Amino acid sequence: MNKVLINRRKDLIFSVAGLIATFVGLVMLVIFIGDILIDGLGRISWDFITGLPSRNPDKAGIFTAMAGSVWVLFLTTLISFPIGVAAGIYLEEYGKKGRISKILEINISNLAGVPSIIYGLLGLEIFARLFNLGPSLLTGSMTLALLILPIIIVATRESIKAVPSSIKDASYALGASKWQTMWHQVLPASMGGILTGVILALSRAVGEAAPLIVVGALAYVPFAPKSPMDDFSVLPIQIFNWISRPQQGFIINAAAAIIVLLVLTFLMNGIAIYLRNHWQKKIKW
Amino acid sequence: MHTKKNENIIEFLLFMSAFITVLTTIGIILVLSIEAFKFFKEVSIFEFLTSKEWTPLFTKKNFGILPLLSGTILTSLIAILVALPLGLTIAVYLSEYTSKKFRDYIKPSLEVLAAVPTVVYGFFALTVVTPFLQKLIPGMSGFNSLSAGIVMGIMIIPIISSMSEDALRAVPYSLREASYGLGSTRLQTAFRVTVPAASSGIVVSVILGISRAVGETMIVAIAAGQQPRFTFNPLVPVETLTAYIVQVSLGDVPHNSLEYRTIFAAGITLFVFTFILNNISYYIKTKYREKYE
Amino acid sequence: MNYTTEIMDIYKETSPEENVLIPDDISVKDDRKYKLTARNINAFYGDLHALKDINMNFPQNSVTAFIGPSGCGKSTFLRLFNRMNDYIEGFRLEGEIILDDVDIYNEKIVIEQLRKDVGMVFQKPNPFPKTIFENVAYGLRIQGENNKSFLQDKVENALKQVALWDEVKDDLKKNALSLSGGQQQRVCIARALAVEPKIILMDEPTSALDPISTSRIENLIFELREDYTIIIVTHNLQQAGRISDFTAFFYLGDLIEMGRTHDIFTNPKNKRTENYITGRFG
Repeated sequence: MNKVLINRRKDLIFSVAGLIATFVGLVMLVIFIGDILIDGLGRISWDFITGLPSRNPDKAGIFTAMAGSVWVLFLTTLISFPIGVAAGIYLEEYGKKGRISKILEINISNLAGVPSIIYGLLGLEIFARLFNLGPSLLTGSMTLALLILPIIIVATRESIKAVPSSIKDASYALGASKWQTMWHQVLPASMGGILTGVILALSRAVGEAAPLIVVGALAYVPFAPKSPMDDFSVLPIQIFNWISRPQQGFIINAAAAIIVLLVLTFLMNGIAIYLRNHWQKKIKW
Repeated sequence: MHTKKNENIIEFLLFMSAFITVLTTIGIILVLSIEAFKFFKEVSIFEFLTSKEWTPLFTKKNFGILPLLSGTILTSLIAILVALPLGLTIAVYLSEYTSKKFRDYIKPSLEVLAAVPTVVYGFFALTVVTPFLQKLIPGMSGFNSLSAGIVMGIMIIPIISSMSEDALRAVPYSLREASYGLGSTRLQTAFRVTVPAASSGIVVSVILGISRAVGETMIVAIAAGQQPRFTFNPLVPVETLTAYIVQVSLGDVPHNSLEYRTIFAAGITLFVFTFILNNISYYIKTKYREKYE
Repeated sequence: MNYTTEIMDIYKETSPEENVLIPDDISVKDDRKYKLTARNINAFYGDLHALKDINMNFPQNSVTAFIGPSGCGKSTFLRLFNRMNDYIEGFRLEGEIILDDVDIYNEKIVIEQLRKDVGMVFQKPNPFPKTIFENVAYGLRIQGENNKSFLQDKVENALKQVALWDEVKDDLKKNALSLSGGQQQRVCIARALAVEPKIILMDEPTSALDPISTSRIENLIFELREDYTIIIVTHNLQQAGRISDFTAFFYLGDLIEMGRTHDIFTNPKNKRTENYITGRFG
């Protein structure tokens, strides 16, 4: 009887420990966001958002870095979305048989685990040097596009898999070709899940600094980029640069820029989650 | 006849899109090998693997990878020491103790931790965690692997908790019933039956967590310092493989120089490391997948 | 037309010496008494009223079979006796279940202790993915028992009770999942016996097994009656007829009829029981 009671007590202790563990990370996150808000919220102003970089922390703004991030987001979407979705369709619907698709599958699972900084080395050698694109927006965007391709491919496959085969059968039975069936039935039906995956992948891309530093993105860019061939900086690099400065003023700037970056990241995550729930409600198989 | 041809063209384009991922892998391996090969023409592999000094940017150059390796292993180890107990406790708690409703709210909230950009975590480590730890441990350096490792551990928690919880949920309920039916508490059932039965999935989650920590860049570049040193003291500045690559990239090293190639030597070391970890996890995942079906 | 009270009355009128309720061909111990009693049981899953006003007695060293079509509540009722429904979200119970003069739903009851006294065997064999030895020793280990030779004795005893010892004595270190379905189920029964329960609950223990394994388990249940009080849920009417002393017929959450197995099968009082037993529905 005694032993049983001891076991019961252990069980109770663990249930408390579990509750605490579950909230440790979240509490840290709250403390941290609170700390950032205290440091940085006062610094956020229209001048800060539209200001150009400066040696003087009180005058420095994030305009060029913001513009760089928006450009990168735009170009990365343009490159990764069609390729990722096409690859996902191929793997799920076309190349199901045979060794090649097996190799593709293992390869993608492997790529998903390659550290982002390695993609930076790839972009540096191939895009910046071999293709002679230099440390341009295009180089950075192509590098990030490769980085998030595995995420988009996996999300596409999952969404396509969820489309019931009865829809495909109905389409084939009416004489539609395979691609017509994909384009008119399968893709529209799975677009919610695909978009969710793409936005989540992009929210990861917008927070990346390491691969862009490696391809040669700059910490200091005097003007906002005007074409894909221009030099650029992005918000995370700007933040990293400011964190590395000794003056307290730049630490405050970093906190303020982090607020902007977090708003951007959480907004994208929120849209993705909304999209997922919205689509799930609309379509019930 | 015409549509048949179009269909073939489309299939070819789709295939090429998928094939880009293979080209990516080939590109990574080629780029790293070619530059590393040039590097090893000038530096002996023996020195690279055994020397305890890494000073390629100094006048007296040493090319021993051990300091960068020890920095990487030390920070990753600290991260796992934080993330494994917390992540596994959370996974067991969520799968064995809580209602579905609670889980549905808590799991996405935890995943927010993985969505925060890593440069933000770096800021957290440097401006909040390190000053806090310095109060507890006098004499601790402003840059250190302890603070970076702890914060990296927090970042990895959702990887371990989420995947382990999925693995625990996949254990058939009948095994839990059998254990409860013999008078086990939920805790005994968890650690004697469900966790062992889900061990392959849990191991995979831990390996992926380690792989993520090994490849993590910004947190360590910001908070662990940039001083390659062969040590396992968590209180002093160290440099990881990734932080070194960032350090060189920020500087003005001429292309085609030996210094430039060092980042590829560091890169291939990092790649081999994570490649092995990822393949172990893939192997475990496919081998033990259908245990209960 | 409340058969439950009627049955209760029969039980009350029957003194152990008279053995009125016991068929002649089944020997019984003399100290037979009511081991287990369920009183005014109502159970709910959310809004579903799963068991309605059930009363029942279980004499010591008897086998009682629950029969009835799927969803009639017989499994729910069975799982009340070791509080296995406690973890189901939305489950609610009214009434009391008395084991040896104690209400097992009393808040002072330690569930883990109760489940040591009330063992359970499940529908599908569910051995742990461990060795045969560790499966059978599990219940003792979780009570903190680690003495090797003590465990060995207990495991050997339990495996002998289920007539599995000769088949597996050289393979105790083998994974239990490598055994056949019938052997797995006997390991599960041995696992329940090793903690020396007073009562054994069986939830369709042979439904996943082939006829030969089924008949071995039936023989086993018959022998176990000597030492344990057994309640068994079964879909197989012949099985209920072969192995049980008493049979209870459930339908849509109601206890329709209960009595000596022989009587229920030869002379059912209720039309629905008769229809079910003669195969007209179910």
